[in-house]
Amino acid sequence: MRLPIQSGWLLVLPFLLLVGGLFLGPILNILWLSVTDPTPGLGNYAQLVTSDTLGRILWTTIRVCVICTVFSVLFGYSIAYAMVHAAGPTQSRMLSLLLVSFWISVLVRTFSWLMLLGRNGVVNSGLEALGIISQPIPFMRNELGVLIGMIHYMVPYAVLPILASMQSIDGRVVQASRSLGATGAQTLWRVYLPLTRAGVVAASLLVFIINLGFYVIPAVLGGGKVLMVAEYISVQVLVTLQWGTAAMLAALLLFGVLTLLFIMSRFMKLSTVFGGART
Amino acid sequence: MTGPGGSLHLRSLCKRYGSYPAVDSVDLQIERGEFLTLLGPSGSGKTTLLMMIAGFQDITSGDILLDGTSIANTPAEKRNFGMVFQGYALFPHMTVKDNIAYPLSVRKRPKAEIAARVAEMLDLVRLTPFAKRFPKELSGGQQQRVALARALCFAPPVLLLDEPLGALDKKLRIEVQAQLKDIHQRVGTTFVYVTHDQEEALSMSDRIVIMQNGRIEQVGTPSDLYQQPKTAFAASFLGKSNFLRRDGAVFALRPEKIDLAPAGAGQGANKVSGAVQSVTYFGAVLKYQVAVPGMDPIEVDVDAWRGGAALPEGARVDLTWSETAAVRLTDQTL
Repeated sequence: MRLPIQSGWLLVLPFLLLVGGLFLGPILNILWLSVTDPTPGLGNYAQLVTSDTLGRILWTTIRVCVICTVFSVLFGYSIAYAMVHAAGPTQSRMLSLLLVSFWISVLVRTFSWLMLLGRNGVVNSGLEALGIISQPIPFMRNELGVLIGMIHYMVPYAVLPILASMQSIDGRVVQASRSLGATGAQTLWRVYLPLTRAGVVAASLLVFIINLGFYVIPAVLGGGKVLMVAEYISVQVLVTLQWGTAAMLAALLLFGVLTLLFIMSRFMKLSTVFGGART
Repeated sequence: MTGPGGSLHLRSLCKRYGSYPAVDSVDLQIERGEFLTLLGPSGSGKTTLLMMIAGFQDITSGDILLDGTSIANTPAEKRNFGMVFQGYALFPHMTVKDNIAYPLSVRKRPKAEIAARVAEMLDLVRLTPFAKRFPKELSGGQQQRVALARALCFAPPVLLLDEPLGALDKKLRIEVQAQLKDIHQRVGTTFVYVTHDQEEALSMSDRIVIMQNGRIEQVGTPSDLYQQPKTAFAASFLGKSNFLRRDGAVFALRPEKIDLAPAGAGQGANKVSGAVQSVTYFGAVLKYQVAVPGMDPIEVDVDAWRGGAALPEGARVDLTWSETAAVRLTDQTL
């Protein structure tokens, strides 16, 4: 007897139910809330055009995320390049250092930055003691602080996909470019970068998407001056209890991410970007 | 078609990894327009030597001169040598046309000149219809020709080839050998070719350098090396040889230079008698293994059409050869 569906699906059914119930359900609930609370309709979404506050928050979020992505990927690319070209033992040491940084809590890292770069932090007091500056440099409690914290947190995420794409390059292709008379810069621009493009795109996407939802770092290092979407959502949910607005912003983030993925999928296979087998 | 080939002079060239000599004081003069093959087993240092000429391996000591000028400290990208890599190393993200245009476009040559030159190169390697394809859409033989066109496009004085036919099947390889030889004659560039395949070396080269353990074993034209090997290594690496010990010296004797006759029929000073151990039919030749008392078994090739029916195993035979057939080697022992 043939089942109308393949019996393998029965095995994954419990997990499908879990995912459906605990993941898709709440998301649908959010979407539902965004068009029904406090009154049915698109009132929440209309705030996007009518509210200056929301506009400013969205603009801050996008600006911070873009800058952070650019710098994280730039640093990530350099680190990955150094790792690929390091000798075997050095390379594995570098990789373990990179992985260790994943295990350090975001809170610890954030407060470390405060201690380092805050008004009375090591750097400022050191420079003052040396007489180089008379006023502490405002590193923290502003957008610069948020960017420093976020970039620092995101660099390891940027390294991994770029590293993977660099490792798949045949070293002879780079040698070929040199033997054909290309300078180092030409080889980088015309051979190396194009061949690592998938890694760069993957890293940018990953970093940008994680950035969109950042909450702790802007809250602590921004000193309340840098309000980003995630923090604003929490304020709406916990303080002002405007769940409709919060749900609308959450839905906006969700669609933003999905749109990004869709745009990327027009240019390249997403499975390649996320390290799947090349076909 | 391209500029005249350059001459290369390698002067006591050494490459050591720690105390291990990968290339051990190599002296070699490579003539303008020559097709020179570096032949040797893996680990003989031939590829390291090629990479040193290319500029991808630094030199421990010694010097490399191009047309009399030292290039030992010139980086690879400034040497202007074309190179065909093992596995071709084509740029996977560029079309055939862009691959071939690459060396000219990095030199910022005018667009019209590049287009004309690329068309010329595509024609040379007969790939004009494939100009817009990507490397992965081509067969191995076609990829190899793209690599060749790309390396010749900027009219380098010297073209270095690192086992370029290694990935091709045997039939295709013979076809490509002929094309390569033809292209060499048409462009006049000096070719330095690395291979471990003796047939490739014999069929294409003007001269062959046999290498072993980082040293040059012997240099000469294919026929010099085949007819007059100096060492047992040269004699056995290029073709097959029987080794005979006579008067405290070692001689090499090619299987096809031995006459085989039924016992009693052999004439001449150089004669041994033995019994047929085995005989194998190869179409053009019959290969006999003959057991001779007090010697290693001797291999004899007989033209199959000449000898009539093969002698059976165990048949008594006389082996004779002319005075010049056995070549005295420098080796004292084997």
